[in-house]
Amino acid sequence: MSDGAAMGIGQIDYDGLIPNNVGLAEDQRVRKALETWHPGYIDWWKSMGPEGFQGSSVYLRTAVGVGAEGWAKFGFVRMPEYRWGILLAPKVEGRTIPFGAHKGQPAWQDVPGEYRAMLRRLLVIQGDTEPASVEQQRHLGATAPSLYDMRNLFQVNVEEGRHLWAMVYLLQKYFGRDGREEAEELLRRRSGDQDSPRMLGAFNERTPDWLSFFMFTFFTDRDGKMQLAALAQSGFDPLSRTCRFMLTEEAHHMFVGETGVARVIQRTAEAMNEAGIDDPYDIERIRRLGVIDLPTIQKKANLHFSLTLDLFGNEISTNAANAFNAGLKGRYREDKLTDDHQLTASTYPVLRLRDGAIIKDEVPALSALNMRLRDDYVEDTMLGIGRWNRVLERAGIDFRMTLPHVAFNRRIGEFSAVHTDTAGAVLSAEAWIRQQMAMLPSDDDNQFIASLMQPSWQPGRYAGWIAPPRHGIDNMPGDFEYVRIEN
Amino acid sequence: MIDFQTSPDRYRHWKLSFDGAVATLAMDVDPAGGLMGGYELKLNSYDLSVDIELADAVQRLRFEHPEVRTVVLRSAKENVFCAGANIRMLAGASHGHKVNFCKFTNETRLAIEDASENSGQRYLAAISGSAAGGGYELAVTADYVMLIDDRRSGVSLPELPLLAVLPGTGGLTRLTDKRKVRRDLADVFCTTEEGVRGKRAVQWRLVDEVVPPSSWEAKVAERARDLAAKSDRDGQRGVALTPLQRQFSDDGVTYPHVQVAIDRAGRQANVTIQGPAELPADLRGIHDAGSSFWPLAMARELDDALLHLRLNEPAVGLIVFRTSGDPAQVLAADSLLEQYQSDWLVREIRLLLKRVMKRVDMTARSLIALIEPSSCFAGTLAELVFAADRSVMFAGTGAGDNRGPATLHLSALNFSAYPMGNGLSRLANRFYGEPDSLIASAERIGDTLSAEDAEALGLVTFAYDETDWDDEVRLILEERASFSPDALTGLEANLRFAGPETMETRIFGRLTAWQNWIFLRPNAVGEAGSLKRYGSGVRPDFNPERV
Ligand SMILES: [Fe+2]
Ligand SMILES: [Fe+2]
Repeated sequence: MSDGAAMGIGQIDYDGLIPNNVGLAEDQRVRKALETWHPGYIDWWKSMGPEGFQGSSVYLRTAVGVGAEGWAKFGFVRMPEYRWGILLAPKVEGRTIPFGAHKGQPAWQDVPGEYRAMLRRLLVIQGDTEPASVEQQRHLGATAPSLYDMRNLFQVNVEEGRHLWAMVYLLQKYFGRDGREEAEELLRRRSGDQDSPRMLGAFNERTPDWLSFFMFTFFTDRDGKMQLAALAQSGFDPLSRTCRFMLTEEAHHMFVGETGVARVIQRTAEAMNEAGIDDPYDIERIRRLGVIDLPTIQKKANLHFSLTLDLFGNEISTNAANAFNAGLKGRYREDKLTDDHQLTASTYPVLRLRDGAIIKDEVPALSALNMRLRDDYVEDTMLGIGRWNRVLERAGIDFRMTLPHVAFNRRIGEFSAVHTDTAGAVLSAEAWIRQQMAMLPSDDDNQFIASLMQPSWQPGRYAGWIAPPRHGIDNMPGDFEYVRIEN
Repeated sequence: MIDFQTSPDRYRHWKLSFDGAVATLAMDVDPAGGLMGGYELKLNSYDLSVDIELADAVQRLRFEHPEVRTVVLRSAKENVFCAGANIRMLAGASHGHKVNFCKFTNETRLAIEDASENSGQRYLAAISGSAAGGGYELAVTADYVMLIDDRRSGVSLPELPLLAVLPGTGGLTRLTDKRKVRRDLADVFCTTEEGVRGKRAVQWRLVDEVVPPSSWEAKVAERARDLAAKSDRDGQRGVALTPLQRQFSDDGVTYPHVQVAIDRAGRQANVTIQGPAELPADLRGIHDAGSSFWPLAMARELDDALLHLRLNEPAVGLIVFRTSGDPAQVLAADSLLEQYQSDWLVREIRLLLKRVMKRVDMTARSLIALIEPSSCFAGTLAELVFAADRSVMFAGTGAGDNRGPATLHLSALNFSAYPMGNGLSRLANRFYGEPDSLIASAERIGDTLSAEDAEALGLVTFAYDETDWDDEVRLILEERASFSPDALTGLEANLRFAGPETMETRIFGRLTAWQNWIFLRPNAVGEAGSLKRYGSGVRPDFNPERV
């Protein structure tokens, strides 16, 4: 196969060790590098991937083509034998650099020397998040509330593994020895490890329970989506194509998170109605029903939202400005925007902290790109929150989920210097300590959630704190055995 | 006005703490605490205000804390050690400010190295987070450099790729001369914006040791104790550096022992130093006198005056040094400094005098010493004569003047205590090509030298009697004032330092020649240059011609 992508739809070469649509068979150098890296990856997967289920057969989808139609094929597979591969979205002939100083020039097929370091950093930071979440979620299989959920967890995990492959391919193909070293480092860092942690804060937090998992995939994978969407605009064409394909997988992760939380909310609402409890704050009674009370779900959302906002970095950022101007990282849906795509003369409103007050400041648009992506993120998140609230509306429960203020509980950026409540009112240190428990999960809340985390592995059965999904995966019947547990 | 006096209770950017023989100097820059408006000191980036506090802390550690044998330099901020000089400050500052800022920064760094080398107060840099640019330059002033190996923290000199300027405040020179990094690896290091971390940083000798986070604190404490154990520092009770008594006026500033009178029309500062009135009898007396002991008090005042002139009086092109007092008293002070030189405090005072005299050498103004009747250019104060670009001595006595003739005296300290940056005493530097003259001068230690003697020995430039004095002095000063200030700065910096190069002279020489050249070029400071464009996201346009 010469260049499958050139044919418009991606053909995947499954003959070699590594499925791909990038002509790996002819690319001796990169194939050798990837084959050298492969055993280390498998070791990493076996030691840091889902714990206790490496021998189980899981009903997973595997990509068989990168075209719009039918890229997924479902079947049972043991995870270490999953066909991880290098898949790029089809090449668009004549594509030009869509933004920045080089706008309108032909998109780069090779790394421009002057941007090599900047690009490598972008790839490494993105790449580091992929294995990190697998590590964070590795203990969850044991407490899965159903085989359906367990399968979804593993699907997310193998796809995060594939996202790692995607970034490693770019590093090894375009960044020489440095790239190979970075690829090795990606396997060495460990989420939460004191001596070699993952690069970003949220990816070193624990994911101790399934509600955390759903929140993580809803909030934090959505950051991944925003970052990938911005990188999908890149003038460096291989990165753009890689990210466009990753986005199709990321959509499923968010589906898992959004429906996961929705099902938890639905189950709570149902239980309240069955027990005739109107007051969502009647926490003791609600918890006795074996479901998670809505205020606690809100606190979990507060936590995950604020941790995720930190991933967008400083509101005012030179790095973001440089990456945009260089044509490497665009804005969310850059191709749908109708300005000059250079931003050298425009401004953007940024929330800032001035003398202890939160104010809006117009700053040069180029420096405000992190802020802008964060705003797009918040807007996107709101849509999901709306769908959660429709569940409550339909159930007639007088409670609505909300997003906390962007200044709430921040460790990076303008607001890391202050404490605020969830409405964004600045709090003194003492007031923060007093009110924190009402806004973020307490030890007590976490212990209660942990107490509910009992496995439910019978096909078609669901733990009592979560409602069943409306449809099966791949339209499978309700009692389908998504995971054949073998040890 | 920029004030160089501060004290720990007023620090905004540093935290000093003590644990027996180990002190910790933690950088915790207040983003809003910059000297001028228009920039925030984020990520432990610094401007002159941060360096002024650092210089004060380093000085106080030496005088007020004889018990401290190791100083641990670290950051109180998470994920960053120090991001170097603040870029927006550099972009907005005048050329003169940048030059003086860099010079002072480097003098402070040399003071840290001087403490390690000569005071038995050893510095240890404990880098957690990134140490970039000036942050790394600061770290490598320490004797021993530790880097946390958390796979994130690293060291870098990103000036060239990031800003199109140099790690010029000693960074490049310390890389080759002190860290002895191989030149090609240094080239890679200085062109890689993200720098180097982990084991490679040790392999390239950029740091001495990397330590994983789990054992970091214990290792830092252990190394600090190791360094302390090797020190010969043995004092008990420190000497408080009390606030300087100063009075500023429109035309100068007055201290108890130093007077600065500015003649604005002549663009000249007349600096007069008073010799000691009374002196303690012995070592105990020196300790009791503390910061009022004349050599210490005078040194601190002169130091402050020099910094004031450098930063706040840029139009003054000429500094005229005079002294007033009893030369015998100055020599008596010198003998105390000589007799008790093994005492920790006396050692510190001698070292401070050495640094202040170096500050004189490094001051980019024309320096003229006028040796007149009733002056006391003796021993330590005679260093000013040898530091000056020209010295003129009054010969004979004036009609009706009962003050007696002008004299010059040498003490042993002129030959040993105050080496210049090039490692030579000012006299050895002066007589670089005439070793016999140096020997002849040494034979006259303690003698009262007349103008004729001094001229014959080559210790002064000219001697004039009453007939010529006024006119000749006036001509020298007027002529000086008429030359190009830039050309004079260049000329003087060349001629003041004879003979050998040291790391110190190389640092200052290269800072002056290369960094300052780059700071003036459009590629850095032009409208489309790197400093102007920094942070905008827009790349600078470089003129590709190599000069
Ligand atoms: Fe991903
Ligand atoms: Fe994901």
